[in-house]
Amino acid sequence: MPARPTVLDRALAGMHSAAMVDQAHRDERAATAPAAGRPPGMPDLSNLEIVPGKGLPVVAAVVVFVIAAIATNAYWALMFSHVVGGATWTALDLFLGLVLGPIMGRMSIPARAEFTSKLMPKMVLIMPTVVLMTLAAGLQIALHLGNLDPGSPNHAWLIASFCVVGVMAVIALGVLEPANIAVLFEMRKPTPNPAVIERLMKRFMFTAGITGIMQVATLVIMTRVATQ
Amino acid sequence: MTSAAAPPPSASSERALPPVAILATVALGCVIIAGILMASYAPRRPPLGAPGALLALGAVTLVVAFVMLARIREFAWGTFAMVYRWALLAYAISAGMIGFAFVHDHVTGSPLAVVAGSLVVFATSVPLAIAFTVARYADR
Repeated sequence: MPARPTVLDRALAGMHSAAMVDQAHRDERAATAPAAGRPPGMPDLSNLEIVPGKGLPVVAAVVVFVIAAIATNAYWALMFSHVVGGATWTALDLFLGLVLGPIMGRMSIPARAEFTSKLMPKMVLIMPTVVLMTLAAGLQIALHLGNLDPGSPNHAWLIASFCVVGVMAVIALGVLEPANIAVLFEMRKPTPNPAVIERLMKRFMFTAGITGIMQVATLVIMTRVATQ
Repeated sequence: MTSAAAPPPSASSERALPPVAILATVALGCVIIAGILMASYAPRRPPLGAPGALLALGAVTLVVAFVMLARIREFAWGTFAMVYRWALLAYAISAGMIGFAFVHDHVTGSPLAVVAGSLVVFATSVPLAIAFTVARYADR
């Protein structure tokens, strides 16, 4: 059953319509376009929500919680944000990159499209939120505990963790997330191109695998920091 | 703009476009390295030579990416603008939160200026990579 469009989705759809090229151009294009219709077996995802509106209040609440934790230097709240965000981020990256990714790679494109249409919109909200929680709270905790002081035995480990997170951020923000959102837009088209979906999904799964492997390094670093 | 010149829809994914997303990602990488260099000195005042140079490199790369983008003649500009606006909103909130943390940690003066510049590059480069990737496969 298709999801009911939210206000945000309707706004997105409206903006999309408003930005369409002029009618004459569309008529010209229609004349050269292939016969309308979805590829065989491809589910109708024209109502797909790219950003799940129901999740936005939760994201807003998390952001407010983290800002309040930083503003008040509330150590428990900072630690809660860092541990919950970090655990979720690491578990999702490992599971998606090393378990789910290879499984999805062996699914047929229609099955993968349907599964992706359920999973990816949630990831659009979850991943940036948990990353923000983890990093913003983590830096404050490091300052609070003095782990960034040059004399701290954890200093070098934290710099190593910055480097790992930096590489993951470039991969996730520059490659993975654009591919994720582009594949959702492609699936919403009346006539999605399976080749484009295939290409973007390969990019997504490859980069998810890399970030999954890099999360192993994060686990090693963080357990070292906690036990020095 | 004529129908004869317009490629068929399926060719939109195949045609060569300038490396806008790659340049946006390079700009992002520059400011992330600058951020790592600065954070590695916290809570001391960091030297600003390397972070400043990386910020400048990132900003120039981003400007080049926008110039290359503006020179594309046939592109799904409507889709690009829609995705860019929403992504910009999301990443501006993220950047604002990171900036707030640095201000809260008493980062002031030139280091704060480098942080602010880096956050501007961050908040504009990621939406550029996302919107360009979406729009390159969209129907014009």
